[in-house]
Amino acid sequence: MDAVTVKKPESVLIIGSGPIVIGQAAEFDYAGTQACKAMTEEGVRSILVNSNPATIMTDEGVADAVYIEPLTVPVLRRIIEKERPEGLLPTLGGQVGLNLAVDLQDAGVLDEFNVRVLGTQLDGIRKAEDRELFRQAMRDIGEPTPPSAVVNSLAEARDALEEIGLPVAIRPAYTLGGTGGGFVRTMEEFERVVQTGLDASPITQILVERSLLGWKEVEYEVMRDAADTCITICNMENLDPMGVHTGDSIVVAPSQTLSDKDYQMLRSASLNIIRSLGIEGGCNVQLALAPRQDVVAWPPESMREGGGVGVPHDEPLPYYVIEVNPRVSRSSALASKATGYPIARVAAKIAAGKRLDEIANQVTGRTQAAFEPALDYCVVKIPRWPFDKFEAGDRVLGTQMKATGEVMAIDRTFEAALQKAVRSLEVGGKSVLWEDSEAEAEPVKAAETPTDIRLWHLLAALRADVPLDELAQRSGVDPWFLERLETIVQMERRLLAEPLTPSLMRRAKRMGFADEQIANLAGSVDERVREQRLQWGISPVYKMVDTCAAEFDAVTPYFYSTYEDENEAEPEQGKRALVVGSGPIRIGQGIEFDYASVKAAQALRAAGWGAVMANSNPETVSTDFDTSDRLYFEPLDEEAVRDILENEDGSQNGNGGVSSILQFGGQTAINLAGPLTTAARPILGSSADVIDLAEDRKRFERFLADLGIPQPPGTAVSSVDEAVLAADAIGYPVLVRPSYVLGGRAMEIVQGVGDLARYVTQAQAAAPGKPILIDKYLAGIEVEVDAICGGPGDDAVLIPGIMEHIERAGVHSGDSMAVYPAPNLRGGEVATVIEYTRQIGIGLGVAGLMNIQYVIMRESEDQDGDVFVLEVNPRASRTVPFLSKVTGVPMVEVAVRAMLGEKLSDQGYSSGLWPATPLVAIKAPVFSMSKLSGVDTHLGPEMKSTGEVMGVDVDYDKALSKALIAAGMAVPAKGRALLSIADQDKPSAMALIRELGEAGYELHATVGTASLIRGLGYEAQEAPKREVGGDPDVIDLIRSGQIDMVINTPEQISSNIRDGFHIRRAAAEQRIPCFTSIDTAHHAIGAMLEGGADYNIAPLPDYTAGRI
Amino acid sequence: MAELHPEEVGAALVLADGAVFRGTALGAASDTWGEVVFNTSMTGYQEMLTDPSYAGQILVLTYPLIGNYGIDPPIDESRQVQVRGLVVRSECDSPSHPRGGMRLHDYLASAGIPGIAGVDTRAITRRIRHEGVMMGMIVPVDEVEAAQRQLKELPDYDTQDFISVGVDEPYVWRDGRPQQPLNGDGEAGPHIVVLDEGLKYNILRNLRRRGCRVTAMPPDSGVEDILSVNPQGVLLSPGPGDPQLREFQVQTATSLIGKLPIMGICMGHQVLGRAFGAETFKLKFGHRGGNHPVLEVPTGRIAITAQNHGYAVDPDGLSADIEVTHINLHDQTVEGLGHRTEPVFSIQYHAEASPGPLDNGHLFDRFLELIGEVQGD
Repeated sequence: MDAVTVKKPESVLIIGSGPIVIGQAAEFDYAGTQACKAMTEEGVRSILVNSNPATIMTDEGVADAVYIEPLTVPVLRRIIEKERPEGLLPTLGGQVGLNLAVDLQDAGVLDEFNVRVLGTQLDGIRKAEDRELFRQAMRDIGEPTPPSAVVNSLAEARDALEEIGLPVAIRPAYTLGGTGGGFVRTMEEFERVVQTGLDASPITQILVERSLLGWKEVEYEVMRDAADTCITICNMENLDPMGVHTGDSIVVAPSQTLSDKDYQMLRSASLNIIRSLGIEGGCNVQLALAPRQDVVAWPPESMREGGGVGVPHDEPLPYYVIEVNPRVSRSSALASKATGYPIARVAAKIAAGKRLDEIANQVTGRTQAAFEPALDYCVVKIPRWPFDKFEAGDRVLGTQMKATGEVMAIDRTFEAALQKAVRSLEVGGKSVLWEDSEAEAEPVKAAETPTDIRLWHLLAALRADVPLDELAQRSGVDPWFLERLETIVQMERRLLAEPLTPSLMRRAKRMGFADEQIANLAGSVDERVREQRLQWGISPVYKMVDTCAAEFDAVTPYFYSTYEDENEAEPEQGKRALVVGSGPIRIGQGIEFDYASVKAAQALRAAGWGAVMANSNPETVSTDFDTSDRLYFEPLDEEAVRDILENEDGSQNGNGGVSSILQFGGQTAINLAGPLTTAARPILGSSADVIDLAEDRKRFERFLADLGIPQPPGTAVSSVDEAVLAADAIGYPVLVRPSYVLGGRAMEIVQGVGDLARYVTQAQAAAPGKPILIDKYLAGIEVEVDAICGGPGDDAVLIPGIMEHIERAGVHSGDSMAVYPAPNLRGGEVATVIEYTRQIGIGLGVAGLMNIQYVIMRESEDQDGDVFVLEVNPRASRTVPFLSKVTGVPMVEVAVRAMLGEKLSDQGYSSGLWPATPLVAIKAPVFSMSKLSGVDTHLGPEMKSTGEVMGVDVDYDKALSKALIAAGMAVPAKGRALLSIADQDKPSAMALIRELGEAGYELHATVGTASLIRGLGYEAQEAPKREVGGDPDVIDLIRSGQIDMVINTPEQISSNIRDGFHIRRAAAEQRIPCFTSIDTAHHAIGAMLEGGADYNIAPLPDYTAGRI
Repeated sequence: MAELHPEEVGAALVLADGAVFRGTALGAASDTWGEVVFNTSMTGYQEMLTDPSYAGQILVLTYPLIGNYGIDPPIDESRQVQVRGLVVRSECDSPSHPRGGMRLHDYLASAGIPGIAGVDTRAITRRIRHEGVMMGMIVPVDEVEAAQRQLKELPDYDTQDFISVGVDEPYVWRDGRPQQPLNGDGEAGPHIVVLDEGLKYNILRNLRRRGCRVTAMPPDSGVEDILSVNPQGVLLSPGPGDPQLREFQVQTATSLIGKLPIMGICMGHQVLGRAFGAETFKLKFGHRGGNHPVLEVPTGRIAITAQNHGYAVDPDGLSADIEVTHINLHDQTVEGLGHRTEPVFSIQYHAEASPGPLDNGHLFDRFLELIGEVQGD
């Protein structure tokens, strides 16, 4: 037997993927966490670097050393110098980790410190990532790539086009989620997209290639070890044909319309490719396969010559290799969850020198990782897009990914898996039955364009009896998928027309129809449908995801529901609780809630309870089968969760003693408190009534009034007239928002009656039938508190820490920079915050976690201000991971133990504020604005950020500098700043302008701001607004790359908002810091001037323990 | 589970242990009986249906959605549908593929083969995994009790002689199809005799693609019959049934060793194993799928293989000049044998794939290398 030459390293550096942005979400926390665990199992010391505190991988006990520091070459160099890792694992931290590894090598750091790259080597990575090297590598092994050219300028692109011909696809090199690329059909589009693509690429390089629009898009997840054993884990087929980024496509696993000949041909191609690139670990291969010619015609010239090697059919279908990701990816996370095969874990072990046949298959416990999973079910993934929050965003899908997250569902038919996936999306009541009224007139036309709602357009077209072949031609969707949708539509018709009988009910359930849909169609109500089907004995069984299609006994309890005969998830004995997860990553409900769900499951297990997890998000650590004792991959709606509870409980009445934990899964989970209580299902932690008391405006007002705790004056209204009267009474500016939503959706600050009427109408659309809240807007210091309240019989309220926001109230807390410990509060104010928090926790009867936001209004700076309560959420908030890490209080664990009845004092905690640790930590938001054209970037009450980073150090300026560097908002010490300040912000901008002026910045400004600057005695170059005309105008100036930083605050007059909008969009697309809050800009520049550059680099515990 | 809708009723799969799975009738409207086995491949139902090694068996496909891409007659692996019956979770009534294609139901119906759809195939698979393969019947729902009685009297799969599944008359493989043998066809390339005990055409396609002249001969062809056509190598093919019943072929193989290079596949491997002195035994539920890892002992490499066999070679009785060259990583059973001194080797799995991974075609190259070496001598 050949000896494997890879030597196991003693220590390894793992680079995380940083903040959650579009194209790079929770999947890398899952991958990194698995990698650290794998290294521990192999006895390799792991050193982890990530700037994102909201991750499990940066938690104590996952890696041997954890650095929460910015992901830059200088920072990594310092870490490598200190830790001297033997190896570097670059392929688990997404594109960020990969690019950083390449940069470290280019900078000579790896050579300088003798760091060996583990797993796939950097030259293999370069071959996969660099378009030209990749095309050459494919040519060398005879794998076809689309006719294309790699160019570095517009002129070169024009030349290349002569050969290739329109339509073409533009793909920038080294970017994430296809940023800056696109499909173009016309010369005009061509010139524009080529330019943005070149700009987006860090090496100013793009690929211009023949468009394969409409071809089938297929992916293979492949693995290779150092002994050259190559396997495929899973293949996947996109419902959306080529043209839509795979991250934005509805994806099914395994492929559905590929024959064995097709399947094996593409499998062999994928294996040829990873062999030729020398991949050691995981890799993702994307291919385009010829579609039905009656759907999309493909010209004979695109047929490649000859057949593929070893293809047994005489005339294989033509295919092209599109792209390779030489690392674990979003797709590999999906494939891991779709098959049960832990790709990242196995990839890490391969990097540590193991062969595939030396790695155990944890699912069966008796086979090895050297095999290919067999699925006996169908998996459907649907992306989750942010257009419910960004109504102005461009919803058309293309090569640039726009989704923030995704859901996955498993069932034994495509129809059922698809319908469960739609239920999992949680898109404002959009069941499969929802129809877009705007598309009603021309259903086929609507279905032609790929958008976030195309699935519904396709269904609507089928309901309108559009012939299937026409729909296939117009949409490019393979008729197989359309036939499946047609089956759903036919069932809808039967449910509308026929009496509900046991057999019809059973067929509908087997097809994935939710009780709610059946009720809607059959003219009943959900609960009645549920009772009826249970009476008829129609309830789901749970089948196991076992990697082997039942060929072997499996030991891993990972289940999905289906309506068949045999149930494999029999109830178990002992104390158990169901942790309801948080579903897809979306703006306002991010990875923080998955962190809390995972910690809750761990805490349950540590306390000797069985932890049952339910979630629908394939990217996450919570849906790793290691995390809980049982995992249910299910939608998180009332029906699915009640079905799980009935199954776990073995009863329909809750007698089995299985409780639910709802406070960690964000609004998704907390929204189930009412329904589960009505269904007599016990809840651990705060009760449904506590939640209602905190969320019901009137009840909460009365509650606070009884305690004598002030709130900003406000009221709830349900019409425009009421709103106008209320706002007059309160006084403008007012804050308008709908009740019962998370992430400040549809929330805005309103200055006058005209805008008020518009906003109220919008808010009603966002939350129909719910009251709209109008509050006095108080522009004070915003303070945020997370607290843990004791369980029944324990009136202790522990406040691990108080955070102060850098931005004044009015910016959504999720978009604010939060500082711990609160730097500017006076002693009396802190005492009031503590006391209010205690009273509210006890008064509400909270058991477990609670988050309160306060605003402090000071009459003068030497007097304690008045403390107002803005909001109370009786659940884990997004600051829980951040605060847990910087305070050292394991908040979720403490909360879970409290819920289970252990007094806080018995856990070693007392009531009140936990002593602050000797550090300063700043949480900074990160946005994905460059990817969402049409969306305004200015900060306001509605949340817009997709992720967060943390800067931690011994003082404020250092911590803030690092937070800004990590967030990509670092301000250069000298340079050119563009200022465009709204009138209402000009007074507060004066100090900032002086600082910039004194620091020697070259200042450019729009007309009004320029006069202000000159008035203060500094030079300002005037940049004409686009509306005024002028060449170059302010937008040209930004796009030309001559500006290093933009400070632009939005006008409060809605008619003027568009002026600034273009400035902010240009800055986002140019990827330069753009401050839309004077507060943020002021602090950022302050930190830069105050020597924040002289920051420390250390493992997190060194900061918390004061060892710096 | 609630009562079935009339549309869903029609057929039942009845197992020898008394279990009954009710579903929709599929394919031909007739009864059938056979050994119930499962295959875990996610694609390749047409290749499996026409694989002669499934003769006498009712095939359960664990992948639930079958028939999605239709039936494309040119990819049949033998002259007819070979399974006795088909069991699926869901049959696709509207296939879609660039090559067009027939609906699975129509294909089965025209072949006279019945099936059943709509059943919990995972439950059936788990039962077989726990209890082992067993006989079963697909019958109309109102004949379940009769079937349960009948199953007690049916002959065991292991006792049945499937020799008739192979060909009766020799044929050659040219232009992608079987043809009458020609004399003096003037073709170059090594001449391979394939003893067709129930082979898949893709074995012949693979040899042909490598420039061989291919003559398939009936499984009961004797040594003289084989040598009379002057082959440079002999391939012992796959086929259905218990290798213990193939004593004639074992004798033939024993006589050929030392005369010609020999490659054995599946049944051919088992026949060679017996010729090498080993016994064969029945596996509890067989190996059927496209994902079985096999260790190539000499190189340490792992091959992902297509498998379809219910018996295996017991290495204990192998003579000293035989080495075990391949081992199944799932259960450590023998997957390949090699003669230490003679150009003879065999594999239990399917180098020809179809369905399954194309990773093992190099074994045909190796066979041709052995032939080349012998010729060179």
